[in-house]
Amino acid sequence: MIGVEHYVVVSSILFVLGVLGIFLNRKNVIVILMAIELILLAVNLNLVAFSAFLGDLVGQVFAMFVLTVAAGEAAIGLAILVIYFRGRGTIAVDDVNRMKG
Amino acid sequence: MIHAIAFYLFATLVIASAALVILARNPVHSVLWLILAFFNAAGLMVLVGAEFIAMLLVIVYVGAVAVLFLFVVMMLDIDFAELRAGFVRNFPLGLLIALVLLAELVLGIGAYKAGAIALGTADGAAAPLIGHSNIESIGALLYSRYLFLFESAGIILLVAMVGAIVLTHRERRDTRTQNVAKQVSRRPDEATVNVKPEIGKGVQL
Repeated sequence: MIGVEHYVVVSSILFVLGVLGIFLNRKNVIVILMAIELILLAVNLNLVAFSAFLGDLVGQVFAMFVLTVAAGEAAIGLAILVIYFRGRGTIAVDDVNRMKG
Repeated sequence: MIHAIAFYLFATLVIASAALVILARNPVHSVLWLILAFFNAAGLMVLVGAEFIAMLLVIVYVGAVAVLFLFVVMMLDIDFAELRAGFVRNFPLGLLIALVLLAELVLGIGAYKAGAIALGTADGAAAPLIGHSNIESIGALLYSRYLFLFESAGIILLVAMVGAIVLTHRERRDTRTQNVAKQVSRRPDEATVNVKPEIGKGVQL
């Protein structure tokens, strides 16, 4: 029978894959943003699984807020990416130093 | 039985497509794998009876965020081969950190399974309503106990929208735009002139 542990294992693997994605694609900020989306998806999966198995809907309500923040973060992140690309012609982020003051 | 088969199918697919998101050479392919990962995660959520969040995931992520990613990836003219230069060099460090993180998570899950960590029990204040669907129960909770959090989520979205517009908006020099103030402040006496031309002299423009 599928229990909450199965879901926790799946979301841990998903979380680790997201962190690995940030380290592997250190230059490509688009893939970094996608890896952050994967991490947030893992967190959401955890929240929903615990909410369902504990019979408490607060987890699902909170997952909705995580979804809201993730959508806002993606929009702002991609907007920053677009203006960064306009200014420099590349999105390599391993040497971002414009904001040093 | 069918429940377990569906769980393992969705779980395998979500993990495989997540791995392909971070390993794909072309970011367009990464976005498409991300969409597959979100669909399968939505399937996992449907399996535990959280239909509302599952549908929200499909609508918000596949309908909005993934399309936004695709749009940006295709709009910017980027040399992706150059961006993958450090991939092999970063691989050992990334794998090490991932393994350490995975070991920590395995320790945590092992401690829970061994009974060292007790999950709290729900107080029943947010229990699903008997005889109602998932979305009705969530709606009843969201519009009563969590009303202010719900409104603040709306404000977060508004701020994100305004921020994204302000960041990416630019004035273009080569377009002629309407100057509303100038149009409104125009008066009839300065816009027209009354002349009495003499015959045979022509008019001055």
